[in-house]
Amino acid sequence: MTSVDDPQPGPGAPPPTTTHDANAPSSGWAAGAGGRKGRRDEPTSYYGRPILKAPVWKHYIPLYFFAGGLAGASSTLALAAQLAGNDRLARSARLVSMAGAAASGPLLIADLGRPERFVNMLRVAKPTSPMSMGTWLLSAFAPSSIAAGAGDLTGLPRLGRLGGAAAGVLGPGMTTYTAVLVSDTAIPAWHDAHRQLPFVFAGSSAAAAGGVAMVCTPPASARPARRLALVGACLELGASRMMEDRLGQAGEPYRSGKASRLVKAAKVSTAAGAVLALAGRRRAAAVPAGVLLAAGSLLTRLAVFRAGFESAADPSATVGPQRQRVDRH
Amino acid sequence: MRHPPRPEAPPVTAAGPTRMGFFTDTSVCIGCKACEVACKEWNDVPEDGLDFLATSYDNTGALGADTWRHVAFLERPPVPTAGEREAAKDSGIRWLMSSDVCKHCTHAACLDVCPTGALFRTEFETVVVQQDICNGCGYCVPACPFGVIDQRKADGRVWKCTLCYDRLRSDMVPACAKACPTESIQFGPLDELRTRAAGRLALVKEAGVPGAHLYGDDDTDGVGGFGAFFLLLDRPEVYGLPPDPVVTTRDLPAMWRSAGAAAAALVGAVAVAFLSGGRRR
Repeated sequence: MTSVDDPQPGPGAPPPTTTHDANAPSSGWAAGAGGRKGRRDEPTSYYGRPILKAPVWKHYIPLYFFAGGLAGASSTLALAAQLAGNDRLARSARLVSMAGAAASGPLLIADLGRPERFVNMLRVAKPTSPMSMGTWLLSAFAPSSIAAGAGDLTGLPRLGRLGGAAAGVLGPGMTTYTAVLVSDTAIPAWHDAHRQLPFVFAGSSAAAAGGVAMVCTPPASARPARRLALVGACLELGASRMMEDRLGQAGEPYRSGKASRLVKAAKVSTAAGAVLALAGRRRAAAVPAGVLLAAGSLLTRLAVFRAGFESAADPSATVGPQRQRVDRH
Repeated sequence: MRHPPRPEAPPVTAAGPTRMGFFTDTSVCIGCKACEVACKEWNDVPEDGLDFLATSYDNTGALGADTWRHVAFLERPPVPTAGEREAAKDSGIRWLMSSDVCKHCTHAACLDVCPTGALFRTEFETVVVQQDICNGCGYCVPACPFGVIDQRKADGRVWKCTLCYDRLRSDMVPACAKACPTESIQFGPLDELRTRAAGRLALVKEAGVPGAHLYGDDDTDGVGGFGAFFLLLDRPEVYGLPPDPVVTTRDLPAMWRSAGAAAAALVGAVAVAFLSGGRRR
């Protein structure tokens, strides 16, 4: 990682060469005996280098967050539709879930440094590792969801019902565990968002599932999908707002830089999709509404993903809050 | 600063040999980089580029997959003693050197989040990657609060200091400590090292070196104490070290609770969608 053409900070703005923070509380460390006046040139890191390593994950990961979340929420939607007797909606939601579930495993395996060793994920079950828990969840969810969809395609209704029930129950976990996965890191923009991020992801998944079901279902049967899309979009937008408000300094990447542009695009897309969904009884409105909602959901995952790289690259995001903690004590 | 004990902290086994570690006394480091070289030689760590970074005498930059010991070179302004503050302003620099290494945390985030069990705690209570198991998922990389572990790109797996696990099993001193000509890097049972470090700190302070302090010798810190700790002469962050690192899994119970609540919210949203009229048309 020492080579110049292999910069550490990942995508986004390069870290400042030296962070001059005149407002940073002086700890008196460097000022020595008696010198409590803050030095203006106190660096907050070693030659401006990041404290943390940037993640090595590629874009398969946010794509999986989207596909897995869509599949999870669609399965729950399908199960509820089936229980309510809305077979048309249940069928399309099951097929959407099957597509998302089928894509999930390959996306995750493709991201590994040693893809041929993916089965090593199944040699332990570790509650302290959200990735381990998620692997087991996906290992139960994906076959269930695929069986449910296959039931529709091949006419094996009993297998389909069993799979659909299991996938519907596991679905909500699929939408939120990925938020824990990114939060359980040292990266401030991810870790410090750990209370709100699961709600962002749950809302985002619900909006996508409702939206895609609106596209794939005749409007007459799609009323619950429209409602789910609306509730999901509101949850996504509300939780995102709350997350950004509460993050403080750690939320900087969500406010400025490349990630913030994705945040804005996600919000516009989701909000526009939600407004159009209000008129979703007409097919001409339902299709663009669904596409916009799904795009908003994908953009949200890309934005959060990118924000983590920018946060890791910024040494002051890591050092600032820690220095304040130390100086308070 | 003190942190409450982590709720799900696994007990560190007392079985087997005692906990071994490093005490890196930066006050006697001369920046020879023998530790970097010895580490590379013994552990067969590949060459990773020869670049002039224009950061004093440091051309390896930071710890990483192919740099398991990293000597930092700091050119810091002199610390004026009371009374001669103005006079000392332009009187050269304090040239600080420090050999950084994996901290082998008591509560190691890399180990906690590893989904394959490739990262494990050895009988010496050090943290080591089993290279025949690691599948390169990369989760440990952003989990480490020190930015130590990283993926070797051409290889796909993650690598870091093993505290010379192979040498320890043969009752040998780790390569870096063996090579250090000034005993800046000291290896031994952690409790002995801590006693020695406290004595050394008192001596350094008595000699009037300002800013001297121990970094990572406290079991109540955010990672439960380091297996490899330091005597530093300036604030940790200027050496590229976080001033108050916390193991991310300390908050994992809160994260799962939040995820559970959000999953329940999703179920609620689906239920609302079908209230009054799911059946209708």
